[in-house]
Amino acid sequence: MRTAILRNGPKPVPEPVDAIVEVRGISKTYGSVEALRGIDLDFPRGKLTSLLGPSGCGKTTLLKIIAGLVEADAGTISVNGHTVSKPGPERAFVFQDFALLPWATVLRNVAFGLELRGKAVAEREKVARHYIGEVGLSGFEDKYPHELSGGMRQRVGLARALSVDADVLLLDEPFSAVDEQNRRKFQEDLIRLRTNQNKTFIFVTHSIEEAVYISDRIVLLSPRPGRVSQIIEPAIDRLVDPDRIHRDKHYLDTVEEIWQGLKQYVE
Amino acid sequence: MDSTRTEGGAISLAPLSGRSETSGWQNHPALLRVASVVLFAGIWQIAGMIPVSFAFPTFFDTVIAFVSMTADGSLPKAYLSTLQPLLLGVILSAFLGVGLGTLCGLWRTGEWLLIPIFIVLQAAPVAAFIPMVTFIYGIGMTAKTLAVMILALPVIVLNTYKAVRNVNTSLIAMCQSFLGTRWQVVSKIILPDASPVIFAGLRLGVAAGFVGVVLAELLITPTGIGDLITFHRSRADYAEMYATIASIIALSTLTLIALQWVETRVFRPEKRSA
Amino acid sequence: MKIFGYRVPMMASLLVWCVVWEIVGRLDLMIMLPPFSEVLRAAVDLVQTPSWQSATVTTLRAFFFGMVLSILVGVPLGILMGRVKLADELLGIWVSIFSSAPLSALVPVLMILFGFGEKTIVAAVFLFAIWIIVLDTRAGVRHISPSLIEMARSYGATKRALYVKIILWAALPEILAGIRLGLIRGVKGVVIGQLLVAIVGYGALFETFSRNFRMAEFWALTIILFAFALLIAELIEWVEAKVEFYAGARQ
Repeated sequence: MRTAILRNGPKPVPEPVDAIVEVRGISKTYGSVEALRGIDLDFPRGKLTSLLGPSGCGKTTLLKIIAGLVEADAGTISVNGHTVSKPGPERAFVFQDFALLPWATVLRNVAFGLELRGKAVAEREKVARHYIGEVGLSGFEDKYPHELSGGMRQRVGLARALSVDADVLLLDEPFSAVDEQNRRKFQEDLIRLRTNQNKTFIFVTHSIEEAVYISDRIVLLSPRPGRVSQIIEPAIDRLVDPDRIHRDKHYLDTVEEIWQGLKQYVE
Repeated sequence: MDSTRTEGGAISLAPLSGRSETSGWQNHPALLRVASVVLFAGIWQIAGMIPVSFAFPTFFDTVIAFVSMTADGSLPKAYLSTLQPLLLGVILSAFLGVGLGTLCGLWRTGEWLLIPIFIVLQAAPVAAFIPMVTFIYGIGMTAKTLAVMILALPVIVLNTYKAVRNVNTSLIAMCQSFLGTRWQVVSKIILPDASPVIFAGLRLGVAAGFVGVVLAELLITPTGIGDLITFHRSRADYAEMYATIASIIALSTLTLIALQWVETRVFRPEKRSA
Repeated sequence: MKIFGYRVPMMASLLVWCVVWEIVGRLDLMIMLPPFSEVLRAAVDLVQTPSWQSATVTTLRAFFFGMVLSILVGVPLGILMGRVKLADELLGIWVSIFSSAPLSALVPVLMILFGFGEKTIVAAVFLFAIWIIVLDTRAGVRHISPSLIEMARSYGATKRALYVKIILWAALPEILAGIRLGLIRGVKGVVIGQLLVAIVGYGALFETFSRNFRMAEFWALTIILFAFALLIAELIEWVEAKVEFYAGARQ
């Protein structure tokens, strides 16, 4: 089943037992550029899987195909066993550029997904307030996006995705427009959230450190054409103090190994 | 792909409409603004006292003429007749223009058919049509209203169209990913996101409407402000003539300032707090 | 200026409208609207008449002088306002006011100051065109990255070199945009001026044609005028495209 080419990386990864998202034979070409070729992947339920690779490897394209925002040329995506081709209620997207409504308050932005589904005002605001608290933004409900820092804006984006109670959260380089210190804090919060929320996260990043730090499972993509080159499950205990992870020997080794594997694609 | 997504921090409401035409009155501190007005009046006064021309009254003569014309009712009466077609024309252009512009922004065929016409009308001296309008509709209210619309409509349509076409695509993708319907995308994303630029277009439309109504009154229908200008010129009452002209320019300026104030208040929360 | 992505195919729809015009004209629905083919024929005849030729020469001359004057005054004024804060604050409101005021109301003043002749038309073109040139030039100078000016200073540029070699060039995209908008406004100025004076150039021709119901010629003149306006805008846009490569990359 697995077509991933295994390199001399860490121990081979067994097939996940319970896959919530299944990607089968996905290909996508933009003009003459082959963005993705024959991607087969399974995303285990309740885990955080990162799609990692250099720019041009099609990781964002793959995420958007899973989200139903971009149409694949070939192949299928199934979520919970059902084939999907459009956005659906079981998936929620977190955007790289936040995609917040500049004319709406934090509260309305977080409740926006529910607003689109026609939920009553009182009900959706109750849910929104809960998740605003959950991402640590209590007290900012009536602020506008331009009054928030980049990190806080992305927390709004995350709260919005949590509010619609989707099984799968799709995060497209959510921290790339967030400054370094806030990113670190946000990553810690994400680890905590993942433990509490019991959701499946699919996370696109180009940062090796970030991927190793937060992921249960890392899918390495290679560019031109985008293909799965390796799958890694870092054996890092995330229940310990987050600061210790950064000094963990296994963490550092994994980062180094991935870098050695990716180096060849970087000019 | 990836690389194109990282560059654009697409959170800004790009003010695409004539970047230069929107530059504001706001960044001048009050004191200097007063100094600037005083300086202008002073130069006018001196130029009138030299005088640079027999037809150049001093500033104070003009102010006195303005007061007496306001007092004897001739100026208010003229404005009553000028402002009616202006208001009507601007309102009609606003509805028609925003409607057509939105339609063209959302519907490719409409865009292809209509936008070139408005590009031509925007760039061309449409004032040439105004004498024509009188031939068809006589010299009444209809002709004046049409003159306003000929000038105001293109800029409103084009601004609305550009605003709708250039809506932040990331917000649209967001709305779709959260299962927004086509109608929800239009009503909750496209129109709100486009509204600042649409409103700026309305402001430019009002400015164009003033030009249209004055032109119509000077060229064709001897009523209102235009008539007042022509009348006082023919009697060589230059102070009265200048007062009338200055008053219409002042009125248009004040209207535009008020509209700009509304624009920042209502449509741009990110500027409001600054 | 890439205002509209697909310029060429879009403009093709104008041909469709010409066909519609022809059909409506043939149906004789309005006396105002002769068939398009008749208008074209009238245009061909019109350009051969001496009255059109002399009117065109007059119009172009007034337009040319008015534009040259407004560029020669407008660009330095804009640079001054962009560089000197006091000048900006004293002149800023007036430039803003005049750039969006109904300037057509001022044409009667020009008529009594400069007489019923070409001088008034030149003044009208100047008055219509200059403000947007000033505003855009000022905006362009304001947009120049401070580090570019610091660079010139640190390499010992003289004041003159700073303006001629750095500021003028760095602001060129905006200056050209201003001149393009100024030209469009200038065309409107020349037409409005001539319509109001009514005895000069195209204004006189429009007057004659509409008074005598010579609709085909009226439309022919209008089309020639519109074509001229678009041609000028297109020309400057072409020049603008040459410098656009650094307009976006400067910030």
